[in-house]
Amino acid sequence: MANSENAKTSSAGSLKNLVRNQCFIPVAALLLLAVFNLIADPSFFRITLGYNSAGNPVLSGFIIDIINNGSELAILAIGMTLVTAASGGQDISVGAAIAIAGSVILRVLCGGNARPETLQAPIIVAFLVACVVAMLFGAFNGVLVAYFKIQPMIATLILYTAGRSIAAWINNNELPVISDPRFAYFGGFIPGIPIPTPCFIAVACMVVIAIVLKVTNLRLYTQAVGINQSSSKLNGLNPELIKVLAFVILGLCVAVAGLIKVSRVSSINYSVIAKDIEMDAILAVALGGNALSGGKFNMAASIIGAFVIQCLTTTLYKFGVSSTALPAYKAVVVILLVVVSAPTVREYFDKITKKMKLSKEVA
Amino acid sequence: MAKTDKNNASTGKGLSAKLMGMTDTNLLLTITVIVFFLMYIGAVVFLRAGFLKPQTFFLLLNSNAALIILACGMSLVMITGGIDISVGGVTALVSMCCAVYLDYKDGNVFGAVLIALAIGLAFGAFQGFMVAYLDIQPFIVTLAGMFFAKGMTTVVNSSPFNVANEAFVALKTTRINVPGLGSVNKKGIYVPAYVEIGVLVAILVVIVMFALLRWTKMGRNFYAVGGNKQSALMLGINVKKTKFLSHLICGLLAGIGGFIYFLHVGSGSPSNAAGAEMDAIASSIIGGTMLTGGVGNVVGTFFGVLSLSTIQNIVSSIGFDEAWWTGITKAAMLCLFLVVQSVVMSVRKKRNATN
Repeated sequence: MANSENAKTSSAGSLKNLVRNQCFIPVAALLLLAVFNLIADPSFFRITLGYNSAGNPVLSGFIIDIINNGSELAILAIGMTLVTAASGGQDISVGAAIAIAGSVILRVLCGGNARPETLQAPIIVAFLVACVVAMLFGAFNGVLVAYFKIQPMIATLILYTAGRSIAAWINNNELPVISDPRFAYFGGFIPGIPIPTPCFIAVACMVVIAIVLKVTNLRLYTQAVGINQSSSKLNGLNPELIKVLAFVILGLCVAVAGLIKVSRVSSINYSVIAKDIEMDAILAVALGGNALSGGKFNMAASIIGAFVIQCLTTTLYKFGVSSTALPAYKAVVVILLVVVSAPTVREYFDKITKKMKLSKEVA
Repeated sequence: MAKTDKNNASTGKGLSAKLMGMTDTNLLLTITVIVFFLMYIGAVVFLRAGFLKPQTFFLLLNSNAALIILACGMSLVMITGGIDISVGGVTALVSMCCAVYLDYKDGNVFGAVLIALAIGLAFGAFQGFMVAYLDIQPFIVTLAGMFFAKGMTTVVNSSPFNVANEAFVALKTTRINVPGLGSVNKKGIYVPAYVEIGVLVAILVVIVMFALLRWTKMGRNFYAVGGNKQSALMLGINVKKTKFLSHLICGLLAGIGGFIYFLHVGSGSPSNAAGAEMDAIASSIIGGTMLTGGVGNVVGTFFGVLSLSTIQNIVSSIGFDEAWWTGITKAAMLCLFLVVQSVVMSVRKKRNATN
């Protein structure tokens, strides 16, 4: 994905340097983490082929963990990048929306019975219903942002507040459990294939978005709206519609991530599922070097950013940081990141380097 | 609520002219106060149950004193054109640190207050510096602040516990009777209405903040910066310093609010004040503070908090008492007011343009 994206944009010539710069930060961060782990404990990179309780071959190891658990984040990063680029703000309701999508899937599969013997509907139907619901909620956010001109983070605050409550309400606050093993394939392993299924789903999403960006004008239109809304309007675009579209696409990503999340445990916990994932998704976009104030974006960098975040999370877990204290460490990383990328700080450093050059020349 | 708004726009030429002549701040404040009284009177008329007792109203105040303080700080930051979503996290951190200090270290209450203020100021100063002087989006900075505070809370202590410090418990259970108000209970004994110490602090904060915003040069600077940064700069206002101060004061109020919250619940817990930042933002918005900055009033925020808790009371007393209805009601109310704000402002803009 990263390579194809790079190759594609590098053909644009003048953009080459910029793209190189943008992918450089997340890749460097990833390498830094890898080197750190290599020094601290080389067993981090060990991948073993074992057999799970059902007797199927599965790969395990920290690297597999990162790729596996980073799948949802990478999928969300795709949608979040588009929303950030088009609206100049971020959607903070994705975690709550995943809870809703997951709840809808379980509700359709269980048909109101908390412990069904058999599935009450095909999985694909449940997934499609969840897609529609998640896209509707995305459209709701998008309409508030585009037509009522409410700041994206505040508009999505509504769903952030209500989302988990709505998810609980959909299933009447029961915690349905699916016993059908087929449902667990999406978040676990398909018998006979040792690679976790979420990886395939994530790759499929990346391929789809790469094709869409290549074939359609989505990239151009989104960037045009993000850079200057009024001039994009003068050029005949419909900025409101494009903003809503970005939120709807994010809704679709949320539905896919929701399917993986509920499939992993074959159940749901409304207050815990996808908790704080909005922070990670925003962080992935920021790490990818995309301006959080909208405009140009680099999808590949965002996706690499998502895996950097997951790598950081896994590394912290490995060093015994408890899951509740994790946000504190991530927050420190975010602060470092935004400080380094802040324009004022950059200017300051530029000045210093210039001064040093000048003094050298004088000398 | 939407009805009154429509009335403003379409019927009663005299009234509408008057409303249109108001400043944005006063118009939104009027809407909020009217909504609150309509809601409370509606509850008294249709539900009766507890709403007639004065104590019901004072209970609202008692349980929301901390939120009023937090929301005042939030309004100030929002008036200046920013946002601070770390207040809930700071509240949790303050309550946990104070609890640990009072319980394990056997400290005195005064020390706990100092700790609360120090934590609040530290968060405010750091975030203010990042937002004002490094020009980083306030949402990202304070989002990180929230996660840092919440994470640190569990680092300080990961399990909830009650504080048994005598001086603290004495302060916590202090009740100040409200003269002249009270009710006769079933046994025929007169029970006076009371408020907790937190309510007095909250009211003091509202008064101080109101005075600060209304009558001081600094207060007017906040509105100027929020309304239009560029022209504020041209007027010779130190925009960066003003932004920094808004975050600093918000942090300080988060510290005070955190202590009052702690005084109300009397325990330290990582789940303390969960979602308090969202309640504070919602209250500010309901109270007529515009997200775009430059418009707002802490009196409105005060009524915003009361409206938010009244509607929750109403919803639970008409039978929707499952936990999830609270979240949905809050969100619906927030959504409604956001849309009303957006519509009112666009109508006014059009009127101003045609006039």
